[in-house]
Amino acid sequence: MEKLLNDFSYGLFFWQVLIFVLLIVLLKKFAWKPILDSVNTREQGIKDALASAEAARKEMQNLQADNQRILQEARLERDAMIKEAREIKEKMIADAKAEAQAEGAKMIEQAKATINSEKNAAMAELKSQVSVLSVEIAEKLLKNELSNKEVQAALVENLLGDIKLN
Amino acid sequence: MAALVACIPFSNFANTPQDSILADVKPADVESVSVHTDAEGPALDIKTKSKQHILHHVRDSHDFTFFSDEAAGKHYGFPLPVILWDNGLHVFMSSEFHHGEKAAESNGNYYVLNHHDNKIYKVDGPEGKLNYEHGHEHPTNAKPLDLSITKSVLMILVTAILMLVIFTGLARTYPKNGGIASGFGRFFEPFVVYIRDEIAIPNIGEKHYKRYMSYLLTIFFFIWFLNIFGLTPLGVNVTGNFTVTAALAILTYVITTFTANKNYWGHIFWMPGVPWPMRIILAPIELLGTIIKPFSLMIRLYANIFAGHIVLMSIIALMFIFKNWIGSTLSFGLAFVLSILEILVALLQAYIFTMLSALYFGAAVEEHHHEEHHAEAHH
Repeated sequence: MEKLLNDFSYGLFFWQVLIFVLLIVLLKKFAWKPILDSVNTREQGIKDALASAEAARKEMQNLQADNQRILQEARLERDAMIKEAREIKEKMIADAKAEAQAEGAKMIEQAKATINSEKNAAMAELKSQVSVLSVEIAEKLLKNELSNKEVQAALVENLLGDIKLN
Repeated sequence: MAALVACIPFSNFANTPQDSILADVKPADVESVSVHTDAEGPALDIKTKSKQHILHHVRDSHDFTFFSDEAAGKHYGFPLPVILWDNGLHVFMSSEFHHGEKAAESNGNYYVLNHHDNKIYKVDGPEGKLNYEHGHEHPTNAKPLDLSITKSVLMILVTAILMLVIFTGLARTYPKNGGIASGFGRFFEPFVVYIRDEIAIPNIGEKHYKRYMSYLLTIFFFIWFLNIFGLTPLGVNVTGNFTVTAALAILTYVITTFTANKNYWGHIFWMPGVPWPMRIILAPIELLGTIIKPFSLMIRLYANIFAGHIVLMSIIALMFIFKNWIGSTLSFGLAFVLSILEILVALLQAYIFTMLSALYFGAAVEEHHHEEHHAEAHH
């Protein structure tokens, strides 16, 4: 212990304390403060960046989910529209068919009526023509037949025979 | 940087023969040395000389010697300024002592450098001698107040300047590089962050740690750098000098004492939660504890580094004492392993000093909720 105490150097102690305290003051001002500040700022920056990346990721997920939902909705809407269009088409076709049928039936009916009336008219005309022709034929025949006495008598005879048969 | 640290033991050994510690025991010179010393007086055997050199090395010195050629009586190095306060300021270069052989004159006063304890004593005149009283190891001459820039002071200055350059350099790279360190200082950034996250915050607490960061960071790098310097062939032993460790420990003590809050003193003088007679007994013990804590800091660092230097150099000296290929090779291997261990110790001791300082600061600013705590402990 005595040796230790004798070894103690006041000069070295003085310089050590002086230089060391000066060193602390200078380093504090020019090194530790800026270094620690920078490190803190950087760490805060990293934290913030991570947080914002996480937030962006979540937002991205939300957006994707939204997109999916919108897409799904659009798909459903499209399907519905296609279905509706198909229904309308079928209905239109059916309507048109029914209408055409009705029209056709009506036209056929009309045609039939026209044909009937035409036929009746034609029949009537034919009847009148036949009657005229029959009278003329009968007249000519009678003129021709009645020019001879014997023939007249035969005819009368014949006619009388017919009446009996009836 | 890692490569540099790893190379230190090699350079240590590569330069060992030229090192001041063992300069005189260069194998090639052994013959001539013994011849030379024979002429002057009884030759010192190699063991005694090794011991002297080791003891000389671990002490502070007034000049910076890289190596010396004992055969020619020459020392290679440079002198350092001597500053004395003896009824006025005396400043001269240590070269005037001629390595303790002559008295240096300054303003009419004469001073002599005592080789045995490396201290400066006042003598009567140019031919004045040191007076040894019978049975005393140290001269009885007057000792002026010695404020010299010694080897240790120089190394402290060099370390301080190195730290200023490295860390202000590191601080300056942040704004230039978008908040990310670059360059050489970048190597030290993880240490800074480690001290903050693993030493300061857990021991002192989130609330108060910022006040102590500058001290903790400075003391960590200061001790570490000086420990590493001690392992280089420059042969400096600053942190193994108990004046230096005492100064550091006293600073820790002063900071602890002056930043302590009411709770800290309350715990020392009037320990809560124990019966009052115990409190009276505990108070002096606790008070003594506050002094023992920095004292242990001082002794731990000093003893570790001092012992490391002594053991390492003793093993290196063994190489020259054995002077055969088996023994010398073995001690070389041992010294090599020990050097690597010392590099670890250099970092470890810096860490321990910083860690314990932080622990003491933490105790000083701790905000206790101990009333309930102690009460719970009792029931």
